[in-house]
Order: sequence, then C-alpha cells, then structure tokens
Amino acid sequence: MSTRRTIQIDPVTRIEGHAKISIHLGPDGLVETARFHVTEYRGFEKFCEGRPFTEMAAITARICGICPVSHLLAAARTGDKILAVSIPPAAEKLRRLMNLAQIIQSHALSFFHLSSPDFLLGWDSDPQQRNIFGLISANPELARGGIRLRQFGQGVIEALGGRKIHAAWAVPGGVRAPLSAKTRDQITAGLPEAHAVVRQGLDVLKQLLDQHLREELHVFGEFPSLFLGLVGKGDRWEHSSGGDCAGVRVMDSDGSVVADGLSEDDYASYLSEAVEPWSYLKFPYFKALGPEAGSYRVGPLARLNLCERIGSEQADRELLEYRDRGGRVVTASFLYHLARLIEILACLEQMERLLDDPEILATHVRARAEVNCFEAVGISEAPRGTLLHHYCVDENGLIERVNLIIATGQNNTAMNRTITQIAKHDLTAAELAQPQLKEALLNRIEAGIRCFDPCLSCSTHASGSMPMRVQLFGADGALLDQVSRG
Amino acid sequence: MSVCTLRIDDQDVAIAAGSTVLQAIRSAAIAVPTLCHLDGLSPVGACRLCLVEVEGSERLLAACVTTVQDGMRIHTNSSRLQEMRRTLIELLFSEGNHICAICVANGQCELQDLAVRVGMDHSRFSYRYPNRCVDLSHPQFGLDHNRCILCTRCVRVCDEVEGAHVWDVGWRGEHCQIISGLAEPWGAVEACTNCGKCIEVCPTGALFHKGEGTDEKHGHPGRLAALVQGRSRQELEP
Repeated sequence: MSTRRTIQIDPVTRIEGHAKISIHLGPDGLVETARFHVTEYRGFEKFCEGRPFTEMAAITARICGICPVSHLLAAARTGDKILAVSIPPAAEKLRRLMNLAQIIQSHALSFFHLSSPDFLLGWDSDPQQRNIFGLISANPELARGGIRLRQFGQGVIEALGGRKIHAAWAVPGGVRAPLSAKTRDQITAGLPEAHAVVRQGLDVLKQLLDQHLREELHVFGEFPSLFLGLVGKGDRWEHSSGGDCAGVRVMDSDGSVVADGLSEDDYASYLSEAVEPWSYLKFPYFKALGPEAGSYRVGPLARLNLCERIGSEQADRELLEYRDRGGRVVTASFLYHLARLIEILACLEQMERLLDDPEILATHVRARAEVNCFEAVGISEAPRGTLLHHYCVDENGLIERVNLIIATGQNNTAMNRTITQIAKHDLTAAELAQPQLKEALLNRIEAGIRCFDPCLSCSTHASGSMPMRVQLFGADGALLDQVSRG
Repeated sequence: MSVCTLRIDDQDVAIAAGSTVLQAIRSAAIAVPTLCHLDGLSPVGACRLCLVEVEGSERLLAACVTTVQDGMRIHTNSSRLQEMRRTLIELLFSEGNHICAICVANGQCELQDLAVRVGMDHSRFSYRYPNRCVDLSHPQFGLDHNRCILCTRCVRVCDEVEGAHVWDVGWRGEHCQIISGLAEPWGAVEACTNCGKCIEVCPTGALFHKGEGTDEKHGHPGRLAALVQGRSRQELEP
C-alpha cells in the first residue's frame, strides 16, 4: 500500500451535490476515521442581501431542483411572519398538500432511482449497471412504478403551482391560486396507483431486510444520537409548521424527550453550528450538549422516532412493524430507506384526507399586508429533514441578513460517523493489503451517505452533478488510494 | 395636408408629411422592434432598436425620431440590422442584472420578449454585474435599478401625462440611473401622486407593485395611448 494509485469509476454516482470521501489510516494501518467533504459553495445567504423579502421564495427555491418546494414553503412561512398575518385556512391546506407531494417525489427519487440499485442489484454488481437503468433491466415493474410514483408527486406540484420545478406559487400571505374541483379530482385519481407502488416497494425492502440486508442494519450508521424535528399535536407525525404543529422536539436514543415545544423563532438559543476546515458543510448541534453529544439526526428516521403515531391507518400499521424491527427509537441509519417508504404512505393517506376536505377548494387563499415585523424564522420539514429560513429585513422589506439551516447539514456529523463505521467494518487489514481496493467496498461507503439522501446543492448551495471521490490516506497523511466518479 | 411617398422593404407607402419613419413602417404593417418608444409619449431614440437603413445615408437612423421625407428608400430587416439589434439586446442584458427566473415581470417583460425575437440564446458580452440597489421606500411601489434599462418611459409618462415630473435620469455614463426627485428615496418625493403610470409603462420588472412576486407583474403599456387619445379629445377631462 505504499504506492499511490488512482482508480477511475464512471458513471456519476447517485447523490445530489458535490463531495468526496477521505479514509484515514492510523499507525496500525487500519481505518482510523473517514471524512465526508463537501467541496462546493454557492453563497445564497450573501447574495440574497438587498433583495425584497417577497422574492425570497423564488430565489431560495433555486437552491435545488429536487426539493425546491421545501425552500418555497419555508421562505413563504418566513414571509408570513414578516407580514405578521395568519394565512387563510385553504392556503394552509394547499401548502400542506404541496409539501406532501414534494416528500413523495423526493423520497421516490431517493429510494427507487438512487439507492435501490445498490441492494436490489447487489453491492458488487457491475457499476455500469448499478443505477436506475440497470434496475429497469432487472426489475422493470418496480423501476416503472418508482418513476410513476415520482411523476405523481411532481404532477401534484405542477397541478398546484403551474410547473413541476420552481413553481413560484407559495407567497408571503398564502398561495397564489386556489385549487379547482377538476384539479382536485385529477390528483385523487392518481392516488390508487401511487398506493400500489409504495406497497410494492415496502414489500421488496422488508423482504431484503429480513434476508440479505441484516448486516447493513448494524454497520450502516447504527449509533446513538439525538433526533430533531417537528411533531404535531397529540404526538403525531408532522411535516409542516402550520395548523396542528406542536413545535420542535429533540429526543435521545433512549426515547427520552430532551426538549419539546421549541419554537423556530428561538433556534439560535438551542442550535449552534460548528465548522471544520475540510468541508463547506457546517456541523449543526444541539447547543446544550455541545458538538459531540449534541449531534443529531433529522429527516424520515428522526420524524418517525419523534412521533408516537402518524395518524393514518396504513402508515401507522407500518410504523408499528418498523418499530418491531428497529426498536421504539430506531438508531440504524440504514432504516432511513424504510422510513422514507413509510412516509410516502403517510403522505398519500394525508393527501387523500386533505382532498376530501371541502375547504381546500376555498378561493380566498392570500392575505395581504405590509411589513410588520423586521425579523422572522420559518420552519418546514423538507424530505431530508428540518429546514429553517431566518431573515432580517429593513423597514421597507429589503433583506439585510439571511441564515439558512438545511436538513443535510444537520445530518453531517451522522454521515461522517456512518462512513467511519462502514469503513472500519469493511476495510479490514486483509482488504487493505490487496493491491487495489474493491469497488464494491467503496460503493458501500458511499451507500452509507445515500442512506441520508443528502442534498449537497441545498446544504452548501452547490451546483452541478455529483462527481464523488473516495480517498484513502495513510497515517503519515500520504494519499494511498483514490476512487473517483464523474 | 401634404403626403410623402416612400418605399419600405419593397412596399410603397404614403403617409402624412411630418410623420416619423416608425409611423410609416407601422402603417405598412412591418414589424420593427422598439423598446423605449411608446405610443402616447414623445420619442427619444434611447434604445436604438428601431434603427433602419436609409439609402443615401451612411448612418443607421432611429425610425422613431426620424421624420419621413419624400422618396425615402428604407430597409428594416437587413442582416446588418438583425445583428445590430441582437447586439443591442445583449448589451442591455450584460449591462444590468436581469435574472428572469425570479423577476416580477417574467413572462410579461418586453426585454425578455425581444431577446427571444432577436434570437439571443446567450450573451457574447461579459456580464458586468453592477452593484445596484432596490428602492422600496414608496408605500405602494418599488424600483429595482438592477432591471432598469434607462428607456425613460417612466420619466416621460410622469412628466408628459401625469405632470408630476417625479423621475429624471441622474449621473453620467455607466453610473446613469433613474432618480426620483433630487435623487431622494421615492417615498420621500412629495410630488409623486401614486398614480402608478410609471409602473404600467415600464417594459421590464424595474418598476413594480410592492408585494408582487415572481411572474406577478402585469403592466399595461397599451392603455397609455387610449388615455392620451381620450384626453386629446377631451373625453377624459374631469
């Protein structure tokens, strides 16, 4: 292992953003630590300064093409607070509807398009085939279903906002346009097929977890940590800060509630961000416990841990089974995948309920007001976790300062711990002694990152596709091996 | 009334003496792009998009400020003019900060429409990214200097139609910008009657109603001609 070598792997790997992994060996030649470096920077927080706050929804939605709705809703929520208005009930329900559609399409992308090729086709399958196209060849029905499910979510976003991506529809004070009965019926007509697809995905994944993926549960980021996210009243699963939201909850791995009913307005009093020189991605942590003990996870795994129930029949049944598998508080990061599918089910059921509510067709959907508040924080549950937008404006509504706390960033410490755990387990002395590291092993380390479905373009506001590098460093800091994609 | 006859792109056109070449071109139903010109306002020839070739003249002439002369032979759509117009549009884009995707006028913008019309698929000039500000001091309206192309429609409509003369062009060269009052915040200018005519005639998203988000601005520049015509006939006097 004293010689330096480079292995090129194509095509581009399957996460959203730009990153590399470095694996550092200790003096004993074994893996000491692994680091997930996010290498891009976009600077949205800076160039939003000086813009009218009414533009923030449209500007911040451009951070991402996968989850623009999350930024749209968080920005609109922050705008509501700057106007100091309560938005019309129909607008609240329509925003919820769009967020559910967003979670469905993003989770479908993560599971069916990006992650499932790893465990459906096999870790050591041909990298050229280990992607959605390989999945189409191997299991066309499942692949088609996944694509259709994402299409359904995107279609709902388009039906509400006029276009699938970057629909400038949620605005401070509500939404731009009401929902027509015809559009409601079109959305409703798509629900049965979406249900069938997610049911199929659940069956496939649960079967794999019972058979081939048992080891992954204990290797892919299984460790205690805090969990943070929104919860609803009555300890229900929540994805939006309006309506029945009961605020932010922080829970420990033993199920004890560390903090509850926290307001996003005070986020700076309980959240802090650490910085490392080797990554543009910050490391947020729960302030009271410090950077190490205060590191927490967000997203589907956290949301399902934080709630007692989801509040809909089929999803609650799946939640019970999920907890039988992983415990009341699931600490295995690999189960993010299962949590995602359960959340899709929850979204479909909640969507059905919302569409049955006649109030959703009300035509008063926008409250108008002047700037009444100079500082506001909006919060929303994005597919990948809790998203915070914090704006300060002048008396005319021009942005003076912006802080965005993105879901992927909050999982940063957990992602680093996950890849370290996998690297230590898989890169044994025997494997490290091989002249060339097996691609499948390095793919498993990347797959550890994929559990979190990171959106690096959001979290650092990076752009572009995702060339990812895995580097192996010796104890003296010398680069021993490297695998790059893209 | 004396009449001039001229030939525009192989069409014979007869028009009243004293008319502009642009009026003659339009009377022949020939499409020539304009940006600063607006029926109902005095012409200024600021944008130069209506440049035409007049036989016997080495210079290109702005049709909106050139008076017809008997026997003129005019070409409106030569390859030289097409290239010139595309270049002008590219320069306008590279000179300001025009981010269509988040602009209030997206989809309703005359500059954006012209970029499509002249075939501008990219800019061959480096973007200058000037550091410009937004004025939201007015209770109802906003001015985003990033999107201003200095067409001066707002200056003219406020002076000639509303009679308030809130707007002017301040400074020089690359520092030129629309100013309200004596370069005061718009909200501090007492002369403003809050009529909103400047918003209606602005061809881009530079002037807008406060609270409007992306794609939400719907200007109505065509209403101005009806207003001016109505006033000239004393149909709209109080």
